[in-house]
Amino acid sequence: MRNFFEKLEKLDRRVIFIFVGIALVLPLFFPLNIKFSVTAPVKSFYDAIESLPPGSKVLLSADYDPGSMPELWPMHLAALRQLCKRNIKIICTQLWATGSPLAERAFNLVTVGEYHKQYGVDFVNLGFKEGREVVMVSMGNSIPQTFPTDYHGNKTTDLPIMQGVTNFGDLAMIVNISGGLPGTKEWVLQVVSRFHIKLASGCTAVSAPEFYPYLQSGQLVGLLGGMKGAAEYEQLIGITGLGKRGMDSQSVAHLVIFFFIIIGNIAYFSMKLMKKEKE
Amino acid sequence: MRREVPVIICFLAGALFIGNYFSPKLQPVAQVVNQWAIICIAFAYVLGVANIFRINYQVITRKGKDWIYKVVLIVGLILMIYLGIFRGVKEGTAFNWVFMNAIYPMQATMFALLAFYIASAAFRAFRIRSWEAALLGITAVLVMIGRVPLGEAVWKEFPPFTEWIMNVPQLAAKRAIMIGAALGAISTGLKVLIGLEKTYMGGE
Repeated sequence: MRNFFEKLEKLDRRVIFIFVGIALVLPLFFPLNIKFSVTAPVKSFYDAIESLPPGSKVLLSADYDPGSMPELWPMHLAALRQLCKRNIKIICTQLWATGSPLAERAFNLVTVGEYHKQYGVDFVNLGFKEGREVVMVSMGNSIPQTFPTDYHGNKTTDLPIMQGVTNFGDLAMIVNISGGLPGTKEWVLQVVSRFHIKLASGCTAVSAPEFYPYLQSGQLVGLLGGMKGAAEYEQLIGITGLGKRGMDSQSVAHLVIFFFIIIGNIAYFSMKLMKKEKE
Repeated sequence: MRREVPVIICFLAGALFIGNYFSPKLQPVAQVVNQWAIICIAFAYVLGVANIFRINYQVITRKGKDWIYKVVLIVGLILMIYLGIFRGVKEGTAFNWVFMNAIYPMQATMFALLAFYIASAAFRAFRIRSWEAALLGITAVLVMIGRVPLGEAVWKEFPPFTEWIMNVPQLAAKRAIMIGAALGAISTGLKVLIGLEKTYMGGE
């Protein structure tokens, strides 16, 4: 018996890997379709966009890379869908170099592919600019000066969507899809309180706890945390996207991790008890 | 002078941006300095690329440890710079193809591996060895289960309960850390501005 618990306590991590792998893959082929409700931070995110009048302009900052795509891509697409549905004009920037091709692809898939919006009129991709917080502050003074040309090389001031846009004062709100630094925290610190603009954030699950203080203080008007946040958001918009499809896998994987934690503790306490009895 | 001039520049730049925060009259000047900063940062990229070439070239020429990987790095770097500058970066270009078919899956794979390592780490780390460990372990399990649909299927009140954990105990601790860190940052910033902290210049 002692031998068994000893083995269990020092379980080979490859065994855990196999179980987690199965837990992630199986629900993709055999969906469980577990129902879930929408939490308050996600509802606030949705309501903030829903409250904007049609025709208003929103800055969408796609600050992430392919590494965080599984969590952020579904909410990026969902946010574009809600903005397009509401006929809100989208000005997109990226503070991560690797975010530009992703933003471009998202526009092609949703804005052009599904809603047939016109580039330069309904949406624009201003591209990537290095400088992190400096770029944010610079945009607060002048967006066309900070981004003189867009991602395609067009002069920013020539684009119809950019007419009347000087700085954050001409925008209704900022939607930030954040994979890390620079991201939501920097937008809050450098822009929200200084330029008095609403900010809604979609971020990875691991960084969501960091942003709860900003949410409670009102510096964030909404928060989508990880794939679950994206799934809840998709539910509000009324679509079944990548977020909702990934929920079953995430549920089963969390359950497997939970069981391993229990098994680990059973083994740990059994060994402790046996050592005590021996003494 | 080698120390005094950077301190004076640092003070003036810092004072300008602090002033700009409170007074819109300084905005035109601050905007010009912002543009300088963006250009300087862009030049830092050139410096970074030059440094990558220098360091890796040395390893390749003396066939040091993992030199073959350095060759891949240099070839990849030159290729992407060439494709980006001369062939464009839009969808349908070779640059975009390499990004979507090489960088994208590789980065996604690296991130996906985290799920497996986190599972393995959770198995070993969440042993209830003390009261503190029990508190951490139980909270982690509650949040982990409560934040997926399965938790809601088990108990309807799970999501509001995990939201309470996030909004009350978690938030209180997080806010305390943030306030402490912010006070530290203010104090360090002031020390840099008035020249008491000079380590950013290098040397002693």
